[in-house]
Amino acid sequence: MAAKSNLLNMVVVLGVTCLVCSGVLAGAYALTKDPIDAAAAEKTNQAIGEVLPHFTETSYEAVDLEGKTYHYYKATEGDKLIGYAVESSVVGFGGPLSLMVGVTADGVVYNTSVLSHSETPGLGAKCTTDAKFISQWKGFNPAEKKLAVKKDGGDVDAITASTITSRAYTAAVANALAVVKLLGGEAADAVSGASTQAENMEEPGNE
Amino acid sequence: MSKFGKLITDGLVKNNPTFVLLLGMCPTLATTTSAINGLSMGLATLFVLVLSNMAISAIAPVVPDKVHIPVYIVVIATFVTLLQLLMQAYTPAMYETLGLFIPLIVVNCIVLGRAEAFANKHGVLESACDGLGVGIGFTCALTVLGLVREILGSGSVFGWNFIGGNDGMLAFVMAPGAFLCLGYLMVLFNKFLKKD
Amino acid sequence: MEYFLIIISAIFVNNIVLAQFLGICPFIGVSNKLSTASGMSMAVCFVITLATLVTWLINQYLLVPFQLEFLQTIAFILVIAALVQMVEIVLKKVSPALYQALGIFLPLITTNCAVLGVAMTVVTKEFTFGGEAHLLNLGESLVYAFATSLGYGLAMVIFAGIREHLALNDVPKAFKGVPIALVSVGILAMAFMGFSGMVK
Repeated sequence: MAAKSNLLNMVVVLGVTCLVCSGVLAGAYALTKDPIDAAAAEKTNQAIGEVLPHFTETSYEAVDLEGKTYHYYKATEGDKLIGYAVESSVVGFGGPLSLMVGVTADGVVYNTSVLSHSETPGLGAKCTTDAKFISQWKGFNPAEKKLAVKKDGGDVDAITASTITSRAYTAAVANALAVVKLLGGEAADAVSGASTQAENMEEPGNE
Repeated sequence: MSKFGKLITDGLVKNNPTFVLLLGMCPTLATTTSAINGLSMGLATLFVLVLSNMAISAIAPVVPDKVHIPVYIVVIATFVTLLQLLMQAYTPAMYETLGLFIPLIVVNCIVLGRAEAFANKHGVLESACDGLGVGIGFTCALTVLGLVREILGSGSVFGWNFIGGNDGMLAFVMAPGAFLCLGYLMVLFNKFLKKD
Repeated sequence: MEYFLIIISAIFVNNIVLAQFLGICPFIGVSNKLSTASGMSMAVCFVITLATLVTWLINQYLLVPFQLEFLQTIAFILVIAALVQMVEIVLKKVSPALYQALGIFLPLITTNCAVLGVAMTVVTKEFTFGGEAHLLNLGESLVYAFATSLGYGLAMVIFAGIREHLALNDVPKAFKGVPIALVSVGILAMAFMGFSGMVK
C-alpha cells in the first residue's frame, strides 16, 4: 500500500521517477533513432522506386515555382538522366494530399504514389487502392491527353463519387509536370506538346 | 482454475473494458475502421497495460499517497513513448494509420483505471496477469468491432475482399457507423453474455 | 477569413466528438442532464484553450530547439495535469462562483483525451486553411483550440437534450443506458456528416 506522504518523500519520489523515466526514454530514443530514420528513408526510396524506372542513384534537390518550393529527386544511371521524382502536395477533400510523381526524362508520367493523405475512407481514400484510377497514370503523356478530370473536359477518369479528390490528384500531377518542365531539357518540349518526338515515343508504362 | 488464469479470463467477459466497464471509448471508436487496425490498437494498449501494471505494482509501496497520480501518469507516459518509438522504427505504416491514438493511450482510462483499482494493491505477477486479461479483453472487443465494421463497410475480412470490388456501406467505415456498431454490439453483449 | 474557416471547420466539419472521436468518455458520462453537460463543456473549453497555449509554447521554445519532440506525450500530459490542478486552486481563491459551477468537472478533465488530443494535433498535424499545408502558428492554434471546444460544447448540449427526451421513452432492456445513447450519437454523427467537405 501507498506510503504516508511528507514533503521529503513526495519530492524524492517524484524527482526519482521523472529522472529514471527520462533516462529510459533518452536511451530508447538513442537506440531507435537509426531504425526510425532508416524506416523513413526506406519509405521514400520505395516511393521513388515505384514511380520511376530502374536507376542507380538519386540526388535530392529543390526548386521554386510560382512562389512554392518543390523538392524532387533527380534519378540517374551513370551520366544518363532517368527522370525526376517530384514531391507534390495539394489540398484534397479532407486535408493535404501529398504525392510522389515520377516523370521520365521525356516528360511522360511514369507512375504516381501517394505519400500521405487525409481523404475520406471508402471515398477519396480510394486514390491509394482504386486500380483503374491508379493505373491510368502509368505512362500518362501530357502531350496526348488533357490533364483534367472528364467532368472538366479532360481525359482523367475520376474516382466514383470523389471528384474533388481526383481533381486534387490531377492538380498535383500537373504541378509535378510543371516542375519538370521548369527543370528544362526535353521534358519542357514534351509537356508543352511542341515536340514531335513526343508522339513517336513508346508508352513507358508498358515496360 | 488457477488464480492467474481467473485474473486473465475475468478481463475477457466479466470485466470487459469495452462492453461492461465502458472505458477507453475513444480509441475503440476511432481506430476500428478495419479488423487489423482494431487488433493493432488493442495490442498496443495491451503492451502499455501489462508493462505499466507491472511497474506500478512494483513501485506502489514507496510512492507517497498524495503524489501517486502524477507518478503513475509519468510511468504510463514513459511506456507510451517507448511504444511510439518502437512503432515508428519497426511498424511505421501502422503507426501512421493509428496516428494520434497511440500517444492518447496515456489518457486511456483503462490504463490509469487498472493502476488505481488493481496494480497498486497487488503483486507484480498478479498485476501482469490482470493487465494481460484486461488487455486481451480490450483487444478482442476492438477486433470484433473492427471486423463488423470492415465486413459491412468495405466488404472484406482482415483485408480479404469477398464481394469483389470496394462498394461496401460507407457509413460503417465513417464516424456514424462506429457509434452504431458499438451500440448494437453492446446490446448483443448485454443480451447474451452478461450475467445479472 | 482564415480564422473563420478554422472556426467553421473545427465546430461543424471536423467536430471533435462526432468526427474525431475525442473526449467520448465524459461525452457519454455526463450528458444525462443539460445542466451538467453545459457545465462540463465550459470547463473543457477553458482548459483546452489554456492547455493549448501552454503546450504550444513549450513545444515551440523548449522541445523543438533541443530536438526533444519525442518527449511531447509525457511533457504535455504532465503540463495538462499540473494546469488542471492549478486552475482548480486559482478558481477556488479568485472566483468561488465559477469554481462552484466548474469545480466538480475539473478533476475529470485530466483524463479527457480531448485536451491532450487537441494539444498534440496543433503541434503535429498540417492544416490546409488558406491554401498551403502548414503547421498552425500560435494565434491559429488558439482559435482552433477554442473553436474545437465550442464544437465539443455544441455536441454535448445537443446530445444532452436528446438524452433528456430519451430517458422518458420505453426502450428494450438490453438497449437501456449506454447502447441506446451510442445509437443516438450515431444518428447525430450522420447528421453532422452533411458538413463534410464544406471547409478543407
